[in-house]
Amino acid sequence: MRLAVFFRPLVLVLAGLAATTLSPVLIAAEQVVVYSARNEQLIKPLFDAYEQETGVKVRFLTDKEGPLMARLKAEGANTPADLLLTVDAGNLWQATESGLLKPFVSSTLEDSIPAHLRDPDNHWVGLSVRARTLVYNTDKLDPAELSTYAALADPEWKNRLCLRTSNKVYNQSLVAMLIAEKGESEAERIVRGWVANLATSPFSDDTAALQAVAAGQCDVTIVNTYYLGRLLRDNPDLPLQIFWPNQDVEDSGVHVNISGAGITRHAKNPDGALKLLEWLASATAQDSFAGENLEYPARAGVPLAPLVSSWGEFRQSPLNVAFAGAHQAAAVRLMDRAGYR
Amino acid sequence: MTASTLPAIAHQEARPLWPRLAIGALCILVILPLAVILLSFTDPQGDTWHHFGQHVLPRLLVNTFWLLLGVGVGTTLLGVSLAWLTAIYDFPGRRWLTWALLLPLAVPGYVLGFVTIGLLDFAGPVQSTLRELFGSAPQIPIRSRGGVIAVMALTLYPYVYLVARNAFLTQGRRALEAAQTLGFSRRQGFFHVALPMARPWIAGGLALVLMETLADFGTVVVFNYDTFTTAIYRAWFGMFNLSAASQLASLLVVLVFIALALEQRSRRGQRFTSATRGDHSERLSLGPVARWGATFWCLLVFAVAVAIPLVQLSIWAWQSRGDFDSRYLGFLYHSLVLACSGAFVVVALGMVLAYALRSRPDRVTRVLGRFVILGYALPGTVLAVGFYLPMSHLDNLWIELGSYFGQHWSPLLGGTLAAMLLAYIVRFLAVGFHPVEAALHRITSSMDEAARNLGASPRQIVAQVHLPLLRGGIATAAVLVFVDIMKEMPITLMTRPFGWETLAIRIFEMTSEGEWQRAALPSIALVVAGLIPVLLLMRTSDAREHSSVNKDETVSEHAT
Repeated sequence: MRLAVFFRPLVLVLAGLAATTLSPVLIAAEQVVVYSARNEQLIKPLFDAYEQETGVKVRFLTDKEGPLMARLKAEGANTPADLLLTVDAGNLWQATESGLLKPFVSSTLEDSIPAHLRDPDNHWVGLSVRARTLVYNTDKLDPAELSTYAALADPEWKNRLCLRTSNKVYNQSLVAMLIAEKGESEAERIVRGWVANLATSPFSDDTAALQAVAAGQCDVTIVNTYYLGRLLRDNPDLPLQIFWPNQDVEDSGVHVNISGAGITRHAKNPDGALKLLEWLASATAQDSFAGENLEYPARAGVPLAPLVSSWGEFRQSPLNVAFAGAHQAAAVRLMDRAGYR
Repeated sequence: MTASTLPAIAHQEARPLWPRLAIGALCILVILPLAVILLSFTDPQGDTWHHFGQHVLPRLLVNTFWLLLGVGVGTTLLGVSLAWLTAIYDFPGRRWLTWALLLPLAVPGYVLGFVTIGLLDFAGPVQSTLRELFGSAPQIPIRSRGGVIAVMALTLYPYVYLVARNAFLTQGRRALEAAQTLGFSRRQGFFHVALPMARPWIAGGLALVLMETLADFGTVVVFNYDTFTTAIYRAWFGMFNLSAASQLASLLVVLVFIALALEQRSRRGQRFTSATRGDHSERLSLGPVARWGATFWCLLVFAVAVAIPLVQLSIWAWQSRGDFDSRYLGFLYHSLVLACSGAFVVVALGMVLAYALRSRPDRVTRVLGRFVILGYALPGTVLAVGFYLPMSHLDNLWIELGSYFGQHWSPLLGGTLAAMLLAYIVRFLAVGFHPVEAALHRITSSMDEAARNLGASPRQIVAQVHLPLLRGGIATAAVLVFVDIMKEMPITLMTRPFGWETLAIRIFEMTSEGEWQRAALPSIALVVAGLIPVLLLMRTSDAREHSSVNKDETVSEHAT
């Protein structure tokens, strides 16, 4: 019977399975287990280096933040995870709220990472900075026209703005920070203004929004800098340039988010987890943690990749990034009301 | 349903118990994740629902309705027309197009969506070139309702194509001949005889398409098209409100259940009894224009759904070839292990379910039979969490039990492949079930009776009479489940053991940071690996067509 063709490999496979699952789990000398929403290709080189340097084995599992947190909650006291690594502050705030993280004390981290990138109660710490800024088409726009995120809501920008979807956490954080800074009704006025100025319906990712600006479909967009970095790395001639908004003295500074981590409440090796955190915040690790993805190091004074440093200095918003989490649900509702899809 | 149409096995043991037991066991497995989702109602979210009612639901209900309608109509038109052409007629290129038209199965919808938007949107090469040549270009509204419907129809039509072709191959030409002797034209023969006879197949394939459409997240996200799924994830990830997200999901479950029940009801009283080992009559020829028309139509679908995205993927894969290393062997091995063992288990249980429903077609069994396949219509991540929660609970009890005895027991299920397979069963049982059920519909009660009169035991009837006739259905189900598991992300992500990376997880790692180009390499590997069973399937069905003995067959449909 021809069906056998389908099932013949199965015997082999089952044998392989038995071998894989039944083999005794050898416990290494010391290990740290990480649940990570940051991609494998961005963290594995670092974990490998850490293992080389210290002999401590780092095991990790990647997924999105939502499932990772649901998983931590479900596993409760028996979770194998020591560290939760995310790519935004909102989720770390939420993990703290749901009691999934436990506070740590580390003068090393307090000294090396600026206060606004850390949890005020020391549940988590930012490891790299993701700046969400304006990028404009150099053929179509004089940068003197640009000033703040809020100014993009003015009628003169009608049909000139491109945005990514409000489903993405980066935009939810941005609006959450607007709420923290200006209050909900002013934030809603701004978001409604943006929606009215859209040249086309929101894009599904930052790269697409950048390409639309480069192609002249619109003049300006709001994106994370490393997306521009990746595009320019492949096509250096694109007519795209970064503008740092909100830089005047009375303005709040550029909206930043973090990729960061906290120690889980039921960590089996909390000391090992803290050592790994401190190592990730060290000058050498910071260089590649941020540099691998063209982000900004959370630690001050670490040299930047040439492309990144060519974008110049900017002043970050001093508001603690935890506000992004605290106001995120309100931001989503606000964007629903404003018709920002 | 009268006694005369009851399947034979049921006659012998008046009311067998095993169907209830089998379905009961499956129910327990499926009920756990659904219960987790339904339990969310203990955490009322009145305020959030007020917000949903005002700003979210109207939009997404309209969007979901049009998406289902559009994809339903689109996949039926594509699937049935292609199946009819390749099963009945002969035209240039038919042989390779027959299997090539299945390849969209292996191309994930979000890949086709991303490639299509990349090519056709304002900044893409098509519009850019036109602008360069003529100064301005007509806007192609690709990021639109029409765009997402077209892309999903192009990726999902193989579900209909595969089952409809199976139906037409085994009965189509005979049906057409019979119709022609009655004075019908070919067209009338198709619409009045062949198409109605193929209905249970097409309905089964369409049910899968619609459930997959409802559960889809990847494709609609690329188009930024808001549906139930995107609203569920927005409530969960955006508003940190898993309860509200689960409540939205349970609304979805109820809708699907009603739809399945209606479909079942519309089929009630019909029994399609036509079975044959193959249709040995000659393929029909077409006129010179029609011949090439048929080729053109098949080629067009193939080009848009397969060739263009594959070329684009190949270019990207070449650009990121530096990512390729020895680890890919491991990814491939893990993907294949999961897909093979998953396909085996899910199809076996799909058969059990189909037989259970056949042996005991009373109301309760039927309702429960519909219930256990609901997992396919749930957004993957929601189901993954729904599965993971009770599983961890069990594990925690197990570990506590261990510490009660002073032992350190490792989790029973968490991080094992058994857990992954259980989750795949909950997710994909519908896919293992529908093709088998459709094939089983074709085995007449008179055949069972004839076999029994010859002294065959029920087991012999199944093994020697049914299995050979079910082969097409079983192979179809196995291929569909295989490919679905290869592409599956949320459950694999959530339940895999440490270090168990697959090709789909590789794609996730790249796309979750928007690195679409680098995702091309694992995507291509996935398409190639998915190709193997598709080719095997075509070989078996071709072999069947060519080696078949021309047996007497009944072509009839009696309604009771």
